[in-house]
Amino acid sequence: MLRLSKDEAIRFLGKQGILAAFVIFMLVFALAEAKFISADNVLSVIRSSAIIGVMALGVTFVVVSGNLDLSIGSMMSFSTIVVLDLHDKIGPVLAILAMFSLTLLLGALIGFLVGYLRLNSLIVTLGMLSAIHGLTLTYSGGKNMDISDKSSWFSFFGQDSVMGIPVPILIFALLAALLGIILSKTPFGRKIYAVGGNGTAATFSGISRSKTVFFCYLISSFCVATAGLIQASRSLGSQNTVGQGLELEVLAAVILGGASLLGGAGTIAKTVVGVLMLGFIQNGLLLMGLQFYVQFVVTWVIIILAVWLDIAGKRGKLWSPLA
Amino acid sequence: MNTPTPVLRLENIVKTFPGVRALDGVSLSVLPGEVHALMGENGAGKSTLMKVLGGIHQPDEGQVIVNERPVVMNGPLEAKALGIVFIHQELSLAEELSVAENVYLGELPTKGFGRVDWHELYQKTDAILAKLKVGFDAKTLVKDLSIANQQMVEIARALTVEAKVVIFDEPTASLTDAEKRVLFDVISDLQANDVGVVYISHRMEEIFKITDRISVLRDGQYQGSVATKDTDEEGVTQMMIGRKLDLTRKESNHELGKIALEVRNLSSGKAFNDVSFQVRSGEVVGFYGLVGAGRTEIAETLFGLRNKSSGEILLNGEVIDVKSPRDAIEKGISLVPEDRKGQGLVLGMNCRDNMTLPQVDDITAGPFVAEGAEIAIFDQYRDSLDIRTPGWKQDVGNLSGGNQQKIVIAKWLSMKPNVLIVDEPTRGIDVGSKSEIHKLLRKLASKGLAVIVISSEMPEVMHVSDRIVAMYSGRVTRTFECGEVTEDNLVQAISGVSKLA
Repeated sequence: MLRLSKDEAIRFLGKQGILAAFVIFMLVFALAEAKFISADNVLSVIRSSAIIGVMALGVTFVVVSGNLDLSIGSMMSFSTIVVLDLHDKIGPVLAILAMFSLTLLLGALIGFLVGYLRLNSLIVTLGMLSAIHGLTLTYSGGKNMDISDKSSWFSFFGQDSVMGIPVPILIFALLAALLGIILSKTPFGRKIYAVGGNGTAATFSGISRSKTVFFCYLISSFCVATAGLIQASRSLGSQNTVGQGLELEVLAAVILGGASLLGGAGTIAKTVVGVLMLGFIQNGLLLMGLQFYVQFVVTWVIIILAVWLDIAGKRGKLWSPLA
Repeated sequence: MNTPTPVLRLENIVKTFPGVRALDGVSLSVLPGEVHALMGENGAGKSTLMKVLGGIHQPDEGQVIVNERPVVMNGPLEAKALGIVFIHQELSLAEELSVAENVYLGELPTKGFGRVDWHELYQKTDAILAKLKVGFDAKTLVKDLSIANQQMVEIARALTVEAKVVIFDEPTASLTDAEKRVLFDVISDLQANDVGVVYISHRMEEIFKITDRISVLRDGQYQGSVATKDTDEEGVTQMMIGRKLDLTRKESNHELGKIALEVRNLSSGKAFNDVSFQVRSGEVVGFYGLVGAGRTEIAETLFGLRNKSSGEILLNGEVIDVKSPRDAIEKGISLVPEDRKGQGLVLGMNCRDNMTLPQVDDITAGPFVAEGAEIAIFDQYRDSLDIRTPGWKQDVGNLSGGNQQKIVIAKWLSMKPNVLIVDEPTRGIDVGSKSEIHKLLRKLASKGLAVIVISSEMPEVMHVSDRIVAMYSGRVTRTFECGEVTEDNLVQAISGVSKLA
């Protein structure tokens, strides 16, 4: 028999608890509902996770650098509305370019405020969540946006498949590979870990904290624009609130993957695992016949559980009066 | 001999941590009305002993005896309840609260329905403050007080209970002379009330002025106690370091090169003023002074972390402008900072990544970090500095202090600097690793590096330096050539008593 002391058990829970819970969850659901692990269902889960997933890739950069980004949901709404509105006016290519430029501009603004002015990222991005929402509504006049020509090639990003694989999944996979390499293999990636792990020590090593954080937000906004493109292309029409609440789901996925909210830890591969976990959990609950809205509650429970297990594992106790 | 009953007795205290025997059979007794100095180098076990006394650590062996009764303390509150009170060197006050609230934090007097009895609170606090003869009252906010006055609040806090033993940990580190006198008055008041006082300090002059007995720890072992009047500074030093101090350093046996770094009339705000010095390649220049004398600030200015307000920095004869650490690094100035864990290392990162951090932009293959080249650098310095770690993958947070410091030094050596600045090179490092690091610094100089060592430990600065720059209150008071320095004139130079040269 494997024997663990209480401390070891807690450390194990902290490190692998989420994964263990996920495996148990999958087993139970697979046994209860055969459809759950059918190829169709698995593909559909991954596909519907792609939008969350693409944004989670960017947020991983921000979180590893020791910051938060709560503005991504409303930023995605913004980019979706912009591209759908301009599609009919200036054509898809220019519309996509305009959408990426404007979204990157927002990312740059946040990056400037958090990176160079050293403002608290929680406050800045929480404020941006509201400000960008206002910007979107002002732009659209509160109306929903639609593309008139439903046969536009613009639908490629959200609706087509290449060699049997849905394009959103391809985009997610390619972007994950690219950003995974940047974070784990390049000098820039190394600096992100240093800045998030100990910003002062990074400064003492000649690394520009401001620049590093700035580029993390730029990457995050690029991912948001990409997610917005998939979303807009899939529906060819959108409401002003399409991204509402996604920031928490994305954050849940990133934390579930093991990135530390304190910064300095987390990888793209783990985030991808976190995204898939979240997707399968939500899908499983739906298959069980629970209402769609239950997932909001479940997402919150998952965040709390993941954060708790993370610190419990670090301090080796489930509760401690210190820290 | 007819001695009174000790208020506090420690018998054969042993405390081990993984890999370290921090306390190895320490005994100590404190008599009522006695001021008892506890001395020892950094890492000698003083702070561990204090944590045992404060109930933060429980001893593995041995007994704590208060008033002839063995006690077990499971936390600071239990220690306080027994009458053991600490005045910490690091302030632990709530800055936004008033003096009174801080003094009675956790035990505010109350009246009906759990409401705070402000009247009683302020009255009781003002009564204590009156004893301390301070110039502020109970309602003052702590954040509006100077550091010295905040220290007084700590002391006031200690006086709220019927204290049997009061332990002062480096209480004068941030006090002015006038404030020190008030503190010493407080201590003699305590003495008169038969309280036992344990006084921890590095400052010999204070020790000999106010203490009755001196106990010394070295490497976690109790070296004995002597009556203060029966010994002198040399005797205590010898007990602390286990040998006679060799104060005369031999002349360097290698040729000094040309002037690598020259600083002319450098000032930075209020931190330091009109500082000039030169460092030749092959030379170790020590900077000695009290905390706050401006030494670290000079290092920060040279490294681009702090702006100069006037003056010039010359590197190899050329005036340079250092605006950021990146600038400094590119010009060949490196800094091993004083706070190893806070400034020197990213603790969650592995050894290799920490070591190559400043040059990660330069060791690349295409767009990627060349990990092979990184490992080669790691291997080279692990061998040459004898860094003990299972491998480069080890998180640097798992290494001992000495090995961590070597990683930081390696990080900067691998940048091939012209000038290496080392701030407090052996703080919190065990004695064995200390002398290794001293040897290393000497060796680096002998290979032609210009080295600046900032240290608050006199034996260290005397041992490693070719010349010593003494500082007091932001100014250079004297520069000692090799051979002319003695403990006496060095102490004078850093305490502001010697005339400006």
